[in-house]
Amino acid sequence: MLDQWMFVAALLPIGLVMAASPILAGLLLAPRKPNAVKLSTYECGVETVGETWVQFKVQYYIYALIFVIFDIEAVFLFPWAVAYNQLQLYMVLEGVLFILILGGGLLYAWRKGALEWL
Amino acid sequence: MEFDFNNPFGSITRLLTDLLLGLGLDQPLVAFILAVVGAGILAGATLTTAGVFNIWLERKVGARFQDRLGPNRVGPFGLFQGIADAIKLVLKEDITPLGADKVVFNIAPLLAVMSVVGLWAVVPFAPQLIGADLNVGVLYVVAIGGVGTLSVIMAGWSSNNKYALLGALRTVAMLISFEIPMVLVLLVPTMLAGSMGMVAIVDGQDVWYLLMAPVAALVFFISSLAEVGRTPFDLIEAESEIVAGYNIEYSGMKFGMFMVAEFFHSFTIGALFTVLFLGGWRGPGSETFPLLGLVYFIAKTFFMYFVVMWVRYTFPRVRIDQVMALNWKFLTPLALVIVMTTAVVDKLALEQALPRTPVHLVLNIALILLTILALQAYARALRRKVEGLPEPEAGEVAGAAIGPG
Repeated sequence: MLDQWMFVAALLPIGLVMAASPILAGLLLAPRKPNAVKLSTYECGVETVGETWVQFKVQYYIYALIFVIFDIEAVFLFPWAVAYNQLQLYMVLEGVLFILILGGGLLYAWRKGALEWL
Repeated sequence: MEFDFNNPFGSITRLLTDLLLGLGLDQPLVAFILAVVGAGILAGATLTTAGVFNIWLERKVGARFQDRLGPNRVGPFGLFQGIADAIKLVLKEDITPLGADKVVFNIAPLLAVMSVVGLWAVVPFAPQLIGADLNVGVLYVVAIGGVGTLSVIMAGWSSNNKYALLGALRTVAMLISFEIPMVLVLLVPTMLAGSMGMVAIVDGQDVWYLLMAPVAALVFFISSLAEVGRTPFDLIEAESEIVAGYNIEYSGMKFGMFMVAEFFHSFTIGALFTVLFLGGWRGPGSETFPLLGLVYFIAKTFFMYFVVMWVRYTFPRVRIDQVMALNWKFLTPLALVIVMTTAVVDKLALEQALPRTPVHLVLNIALILLTILALQAYARALRRKVEGLPEPEAGEVAGAAIGPG
């Protein structure tokens, strides 16, 4: 098994290097003549006003929160799915119960209006 | 040692191992060298295909959809267009805007490419030809795919640009949301094959999982389209609203890397769909001739890639509230229902000794019909609300009087 992960450990840095090399080639070959206008924030010609990193609409974070809950619970289901062939019917039904509770959570978020885009 | 033509890829690995061991190297070192060489070949071959051939292919096919000729100047049929583009991008000035978070800004395009290249580690091309047969293959795909999402957020956040930030936050909302139905639906092939390993999933497909779980396949396809952020879901870089979204401040080859990652990712979706639902390298005669398996795999992958392009050039962009409603109020409940019903029905079919495939097919057809009925009921309720008609009877009559539907 460790052999297999060694391949991943080799592939990911190679992926990084393959992405970095054309960028480095660009640094060597491309012209570099920065000036104030060129380096300013691009907003289709309009001058940018105020801070960029401002407080943002809370809606996005609510979705992210629901995502975290669901993703963690979905990961719990994978061992159940892998062992599926060895499970009895009642064990499968227990998994279904877990999914139903998950669905209850979704229903709660839905009723509370967390899924509405305001 | 004899070269076994019925198992060419396994034989090559063995030949190389023997050769390196013969040079007096240790076993772990040999395994490491082989892993690095294999990874280099895999990354090089796939990235070249994506950067040069796929971009040409997509522009050509897209042009045909729009009744144009597409690239036809550079080389035969414009085949060298990708190379010409790459040379142009290398020669462009690289601009880092003032006030940008430089470290994050520079890492983001690298991560974008790395995540997509990493996905190919677990894709089985042919029998014995796979980078790493991980026993958590499916989870690995989800995890590495998540790194791609992270790179988009990093790019948008670090650019110090409001449009880029808008694009990045739409990503937070959209891409991660679509991971939920995707993860849930990936449980179905895992259950049917009894393993998360990609090779085991391919081996389990005596009947394509597309036939055993068509609804799951469709949900997986839609949510992976959203993961790439391609046209029906391209509001993270909607040109007409937020200029170019997260990659607005990137120029030169850094922008090129985002481009390559996006094209490469949609090709990767084709490969993953092929492995999970279209039987991977399996086809008539692929057991005896593994090279034929490789041909089948590539053919299926390019077919699925064509479907991705087809969708891209057919559908208009959807609004963000519609995307979120589609995901949370339709795909996620549907995925939950698919997982539950598949689990129960498969077990019941096994206990009653019924044939597996027809039972699953019947289940899926029933699911499709129920879904359509539910959608119709929802649409009718919505129309009543919009038209301000409180009673159901009045709504029916008014609907009939106004026109069809």
